Amino acid sequence: MALDLALYAVLAALISSAVSATAFRIPAVLRFLAFPLIGVSGACGAVAGVMALTDGSVLSTSLPFGLPWLEWQLRLDVLSGLFVTIIGIVTFAVAVYGPGYVREYEHGSHPLAQLGIFTGLFIAGMFLVVLANDAFLFMISWELMSLSSYFLVMFHHEQAANRRAGFLYLLMAHVGGLAILLSYGVLATFGDGFSFEAMRNAPLSPLWASVAFALAFIGFGMKAGLVPLHAWLPEAHPVAPSHISALMSGVMLKVAIYGFIRMTFDLLGEIQWGWGVVALLLGSVSALLGVLYAIQQNDLKRLLAYSSIENIGIIFLGLGMSMIFIGTGLPALGAIALVAALFHTFNHAMFKSLLFLGAGNIVQRAREQNLERMGGLMIRLPYTGVFFLIGCVSIAALPPFNGFVSEWLTFQAALQATALENGVLRTLIPFTAAMLALTGALSLACFVKLYGVAFLGQPRSRRVRHARRTALGIRVSQGLLAVICLLAGVFPNTVVNLLNTIPNMFIGTDLAAATSRGWLWLTPIAPEVASYSAPLVLVGILAAWLLTWWFIHPRGARGVRRGPAWDCGFGPLGPSMQYTSTAFAMPIRRIFQPVWGIEEKIEREVDSHGLRVTSISHQQHIYDRSWATLYEPISRWVLSAARRVSRLQQGNIRVYIAYSFFTLLLLLWVIS
Amino acid sequence: MSGWLLALIQLMIFVLGAPFLVIWIKQVKCRLQNRRAPSFAQPYRDLGKLFRKQVVLAENASPLFRMAPYIVFAATVLAALTVPLIAIKLPTAAIADMLVLLGFLAIGRFFMTLAGMDVGTAFGGMGSSREVSLSSLAEPALLMVIFTLAMTAQSTNLSSVMQYLLDVGVVLRPSLLFALLGLMLVAVAETGRVPVDNPATHLELTMVHEAMILEYSGRHLALMEWAAYIKLMIFGVLIVNIFFPWGLATDATLPALAIGFAAMVFKLLVAGVVLAVAETRLAKMRVFRVPEYLNLAFLLALLGALSHIILEVGV
Repeated sequence: MALDLALYAVLAALISSAVSATAFRIPAVLRFLAFPLIGVSGACGAVAGVMALTDGSVLSTSLPFGLPWLEWQLRLDVLSGLFVTIIGIVTFAVAVYGPGYVREYEHGSHPLAQLGIFTGLFIAGMFLVVLANDAFLFMISWELMSLSSYFLVMFHHEQAANRRAGFLYLLMAHVGGLAILLSYGVLATFGDGFSFEAMRNAPLSPLWASVAFALAFIGFGMKAGLVPLHAWLPEAHPVAPSHISALMSGVMLKVAIYGFIRMTFDLLGEIQWGWGVVALLLGSVSALLGVLYAIQQNDLKRLLAYSSIENIGIIFLGLGMSMIFIGTGLPALGAIALVAALFHTFNHAMFKSLLFLGAGNIVQRAREQNLERMGGLMIRLPYTGVFFLIGCVSIAALPPFNGFVSEWLTFQAALQATALENGVLRTLIPFTAAMLALTGALSLACFVKLYGVAFLGQPRSRRVRHARRTALGIRVSQGLLAVICLLAGVFPNTVVNLLNTIPNMFIGTDLAAATSRGWLWLTPIAPEVASYSAPLVLVGILAAWLLTWWFIHPRGARGVRRGPAWDCGFGPLGPSMQYTSTAFAMPIRRIFQPVWGIEEKIEREVDSHGLRVTSISHQQHIYDRSWATLYEPISRWVLSAARRVSRLQQGNIRVYIAYSFFTLLLLLWVIS
Repeated sequence: MSGWLLALIQLMIFVLGAPFLVIWIKQVKCRLQNRRAPSFAQPYRDLGKLFRKQVVLAENASPLFRMAPYIVFAATVLAALTVPLIAIKLPTAAIADMLVLLGFLAIGRFFMTLAGMDVGTAFGGMGSSREVSLSSLAEPALLMVIFTLAMTAQSTNLSSVMQYLLDVGVVLRPSLLFALLGLMLVAVAETGRVPVDNPATHLELTMVHEAMILEYSGRHLALMEWAAYIKLMIFGVLIVNIFFPWGLATDATLPALAIGFAAMVFKLLVAGVVLAVAETRLAKMRVFRVPEYLNLAFLLALLGALSHIILEVGV
C-alpha cells in the first residue's frame, strides 16, 4: 500500500513532466495542470513515507524495466520512508508555491515547458533514488536527478555567469557520480550482483570496504556539498528559479545524505570507527566554513546556499559521531547521534525550503537579490516577513523551534564521548562540539544579519520600497512549512518516535529512553541526565509574555506616540545611513580574517590642496579559498595533461592511418 | 504541587532581586572609587518611572520592534526559572538543562539584535553587529565549561550538577578550577561589564548593549533593562551555585530554605564585590581586543575539559 502510493508519486511527477510539454503552446498548463500534479505527487509521497515510518515494515517489488536479467527493484523501508516523506512534503509546498511564482514567466521569454518538464523529471528522479533497491536503478535515477536539475539551473541561461555555474554543476555532479559508480562497482564485484541484497552479503575485506567507503564519501559528499567538494553548490543553487533552489537545497542534498547512510550503515556491513573520524572532521570543517562564508555573502540566495553547506556539515558531524560510537561497540550511543543527524536532515529540509521560497518571493516582488539594496520588507511583505522570521529562528537553533532540538540531541550525543576507550577520540568529540557551538552562534549572527538587513530598517532602493502583494499560494506554502518547523520543534517526541525505527533496523537499538516519560519530556539518555520539555518552553514563553504585557500595559489612553527616530539626536535618518550587510559582517571578517580570500580596494580623491578628501570609493571582493588551493591546480593539471595528449593530433591523415594500423596490430597481438 | 509553588516563589525572588544585585555592585564600586552612591532603591525607582512613562516609537519601527522587549524579557525570565537559586530538585529544573539555558539566552540575543537593526540607525546596527560577533566567540567557551561540568557530573541538568558537587564536597579538581575561570571571563563578556562593555556608558562609540536599545523608551526600555539585570543575576547565580554550592536547600523544609536563602544572598554579595573590584581595577578594552580576551576564556575552558578527560575520567 505504502509502496504503491510512493510509485503513484513517481507516476504523478512523470505525468506532470509529460503534460508540461504542451506549455510551449499554452503556458497556463503549467499553473493549472503541471503543478497540481506535482502536488498530488508530493502528497502521495508524504503519506507513503509516513506510513512506512509508522509501520516499520519493509516493502519491496520489482518493475519490468531495466536489464534483461535484472528488473528494476524497488524497496520502501524506514530509511527510504523518512526521505520519501521529506521529498513529499517539500514537493507539496513547492507545488502550492509554483503557480503564483511562474505566473510572471508566462509573458516572459523563458520557455515554461522546459521548467515543467524538468521539474517533473527531477522530482521523479529523487523519489526513485530513495526507492531503488539495486545499484542499476539507483544510478539511473541519480543521473536523472542530476541531469534534470542541470537544465533547471540553466533556466536563466542568458547570463554567462549562470552558464558557467551550470557547467560546473554538471561537471562535479558527474565526477561525483563516477565515484559512486566505482563504489558500487567494488560492492558488486565482491557481492556478485547489482542488487542491494547481494551487496549486503558481499564478503568484503576491511581494506576493500574502506575503499568503497572512500569512493562513496567522495561521491555523496560532492553532491551534498561537503567542504572542500562544495564549489558547485553556492554557484548553482542561487541561479535556479527559487522553487527549484528550495528543492535542490532542501531535498536534493538530503538525497545525497540518504545515499551515504544507505551505503555506510546498510550495505557496507561492519562500520569502522576510522570512517567516522573522517566524517566527523570534514563535517565540522564544513559546518564552520559554511557559516563563515555564508555570513560574508551579500547575495540573498547565495547566503542561503552557503548556509546549506553549514547544515550538511552538522548532519555529517552527527553521522560521523554515530559511526565512531557504533564502530567502537557502543550502538546505544550511536543511535542517539544517528537520530540527531536524521532529525537535523528533516529540519534542514523544512526550514531551508521555507527560506528559499521566501527568498524567491522577495526576488520576485522586489526585483532585487542583493541584500545591500533591501530593507524594510517586513512591513511591505508581512506574510513572508513572519514566515521568514520563523525560518530564521529555526535555522538559528532557538528553542522551541525544530533546529534547536536536533542540535541539542547532537550535543547530548557528543557529551557521551567519555564512554569511549580511546583518549584521542574522547578529546576530539568535545572539541568538535565546541566548533558546533561556534557554528551555531555564527549562524545566529548570519541570520540576524540577513533578517535585519532585508526585512528591518528602511528600504535602500526604490523597487524594494514598492514591493507589495504576495499571491495566496506563495503565502500558504510558506505557512505550511513554518507550521511544520514549529510543530516538529514543540513535539519532538513524535518525530523521535518515528525516527527510532531507523537505528532499530540498522543497529538493533533505539532511543527507547528518549520518550519514556511521555510526550512532554524528551530525555535521550535518562531523565536525570538530560531533559528538555519543548511544550513547556513554549507555554512558558507565551505565559511570561502575556503576563508581562498584562501587568505593564497601561489601561488608560497613554499608549504609544510615534515620532522621528532619536538616533542620539543626530540629523534626520536616510536609508543610506543604515548599517549595511557588509558592515554588519565586518567584525567577524576581521576576527576570522585568514579564512577568506579578501580583495579590498580603497580609493581616495583629495582636492587640489591635498587637504580635504572629496570622495572615497571602497571595493571589496570575497572569494572562496578552495578555488585557489584545490580547484585551480586540478584544472591546470587537467589542461596541461590534455595539451600533452593533444600532441598526438597531427592533422595529417597518414599519421592517423598509422595510429589505426598500429592499434590494430596491438589488438591482434593481444587476442592471439 | 508545592515544588511548583516553591519554584514560582524562587522566580519572584530572582526577578525582583536582580536590580538589587546591580545596585549592590554599583554601591561597592562607588565606595571603591570615592564617589557617593545612589540609594538602594534607585534601580526600582528607575524601572517604576520608565513603566509610567509614555512610549515614543520611531516612525518606521516595525511590529517586531514592539514585540522584542516582551520576548527578550520572557526568554530571560524563563532562563531564570530553570536556574536553581535557593533550592535544587525543583520540578522546573527539568524543563531545560544547561544547553537549553543557552538557547533561552540566545533567543534574547536574537531579538535584541534584530530590534537594534529595526529603526535603521547606524548606532543600532553597530551594536547588533558587535553583539553577535562577540557573543559568537563566547559561545564555544561557555559550551566547553558546560561540557566539563556535564562530564564531571554525568548530567547536563543544572540541578544534578549542583547536587553532585554538593555531594562530593570540596575536592580540588583542576578541571573545575579552569572551568570557573573560563565561566567568569565569559560571564563578564555576556553581561556586558567592564572590560568588555561598560554598562554606565552612553553615547560612546564603544558601546554595545546600550547601542542596541538606544531607540527604546518607556516600558519597552524598562523591560530591556530589567532583562539585562536578570541576565547578570543568572550568570552570578551560575557561578556561585555551581562552583560553591554550599547551603543550597536539598529539601523543602523551612529551615533548609532559610539557610539556602541566606547562603545565596551572602554568596551573591561576595560575587558582587569581586566584580566591583575587578571593574575598578581594569580599564575597558578596545573592541578588537575582546576576541583575544574571549580566546583566553575558550582556552581556559578547553583546558578544563582536557584536564577532566586526561586526569579525571576513570580515576
